[in-house]
Amino acid sequence: MISDITIGQYYSGNSVLHRMDARMKLILTFASIVAIFLCKNFFSLGLMVIFTVAATLLSCVPAKMVIKSLKPIIVILIFTAVLNIFYTTGGDTYFKWKFIEITEEGVNTAIFMAIRIVSLVVLSSLLTYTTTPTLLTDALERILSPLKVFKIKVHTLAMMMTLALRFIPTLIEEINRIMNAQKARGADLETGGIVARAKALIPIFIPLMISSFRRAYELAFAMTCRGYTGGEGRTRMKQMKLRVSDFIACAVVCALVGGIIALNIYFEAVI
Amino acid sequence: MISGMIMDEKIIEFNNVTFMYDAEDEETGVVSAPAVKGITLAINRGEFMAVLGRNGSGKSTLAKLCNAIYEPYEGDVIVEGMNTREEENGDKIRRKVGMVFQNPDNQIVATIVEDDVAFGPENLGIEPKEIRRRVDEALKSVNMYEHRLRQPHNLSGGQKQRVAIAGVLAMQTDCIVLDEPTAMLDPVGRAEVLQTVKRLNKELGITVIMVTHFMDEAVEADRVVVMSSGEVVMDGTPQQVFSDIEKVRAYGLDVPQSTALCAALSIKENVLNAQQCVDVIDRICGGVK
Ligand SMILES: Nc1ncnc2c1ncn2[C@@H]1O[C@H](COP(=O)(O)OP(=O)(O)OP(=O)(O)O)[C@@H](O)[C@H]1O
Ligand SMILES: [Mg+2]
Repeated sequence: MISDITIGQYYSGNSVLHRMDARMKLILTFASIVAIFLCKNFFSLGLMVIFTVAATLLSCVPAKMVIKSLKPIIVILIFTAVLNIFYTTGGDTYFKWKFIEITEEGVNTAIFMAIRIVSLVVLSSLLTYTTTPTLLTDALERILSPLKVFKIKVHTLAMMMTLALRFIPTLIEEINRIMNAQKARGADLETGGIVARAKALIPIFIPLMISSFRRAYELAFAMTCRGYTGGEGRTRMKQMKLRVSDFIACAVVCALVGGIIALNIYFEAVI
Repeated sequence: MISGMIMDEKIIEFNNVTFMYDAEDEETGVVSAPAVKGITLAINRGEFMAVLGRNGSGKSTLAKLCNAIYEPYEGDVIVEGMNTREEENGDKIRRKVGMVFQNPDNQIVATIVEDDVAFGPENLGIEPKEIRRRVDEALKSVNMYEHRLRQPHNLSGGQKQRVAIAGVLAMQTDCIVLDEPTAMLDPVGRAEVLQTVKRLNKELGITVIMVTHFMDEAVEADRVVVMSSGEVVMDGTPQQVFSDIEKVRAYGLDVPQSTALCAALSIKENVLNAQQCVDVIDRICGGVK
């Protein structure tokens, strides 16, 4: 279940999205996520869905993988949808039984929220599927570099992110190993109430902390040996250059936002 | 002749080096036992040196003294004429001496193989085009080029360790120190790494210092150094060192199996590997098939 985490999992390919400048991709992903929340009626939401589907197709990432990225949020999705159906009231009533009431507005809100969450997850996973974590953190570092004025250590933050992403799989493996080791010693991780279960996690957590510190120490050693002295004087193998296609992509997203706003004005808002 | 000349140049020199981890206990004032004591050793350019010794004999400490991670408590370590004591030499020395550790998981920094190999040269501030060239070259010379876009956590142990070696190669250091690079690997992974290291030493002339617990690896080296309780107790070619079986065993080490076999058969000859063993036995039994 833990290994289902797909954030930071790169899918190697050579699609238009893969070749796009990482900085532009990051900014445009952010902009289109904002656009998701601008949608006020089904027409603008439809435009958003078309955009999301088109982006998925352009990325050449298999649909199976995109759907897989939705797996961890299914529970949240259903939960919010149900909550919205029952708690939002207004407009025509479709169904009424005792205190349960399903209304037009409730259904609309539920559909809206579901589509919004799905597009949000799909768009952000597309970003991580088509960009290597190194490029992503690199892009973030460059976008945030103006913050250096405020004495924020942008490079250090980006390096921390890189290392965190790098060590996620290693630590998951480690957790599994420790869990098995403790089970072999008779630890009971699966039964009991919530308190008992939480307590059972302590013998997992402490060895994990200790070994993480040791790893961190060794890693720092290895990084020093490889000449790492911080961000100063570092060069990059992969240069970032904005190309025509990046500006076209930018124009497309601008058109999307424009289109959404126009549709919002032209048609009646439902939410 | 030329190689002979190069061999004579000292790349790393230990002059009476002593090192201790916690020099003095603040409360009790007890001075701890040194991890390495009174070491005088010169490593020649182009040499392949294996370091042997039982656990805690100070091998890793010796390795870390080579590239200015640790500063000697007494004595000096000189790398290509630079003293590791001087703060400003640290970075320069690490451009000359690269290091590969035992656990490949804890030395890989990036999430893509080629990005990781690029990490070292990027730190050195090398031009992007040149980095690209070095990364490709390094990955090719450890036979990992076709895996360059994969994620390190999906690789096997031997492959990960070869990526780590490529990371050092791309820095184009003159010397590589490997601290038990094969300890976590299976026989196949071990053979891969050893072959790679040998080739780098022979073809690119990179000086190699390799700490190991495997005698079969040590016999592949030009020179074997045995450590015990922080001191260098034996130093010579594999033939010289392993000829004194009693002494080697007294330091808690084993001799290669072929050597042990021939010794058990009272064969006076110096045998280091299976092939030599077969040859000798063949000759003695001469024609008896
Ligand atoms: N970080 C440390 N802090 C304190 N003492 C240490 C530290 N690392 C090693 N030592 C001590 O220094 C001595 C030499 O250790 P070193 O790691 O160099 O041995 P080694 O020959 O590499 O052993 P191994 O074969 O187990 O790797 C040992 O007695 C050890 O206990
Ligand atoms: Mg050691």
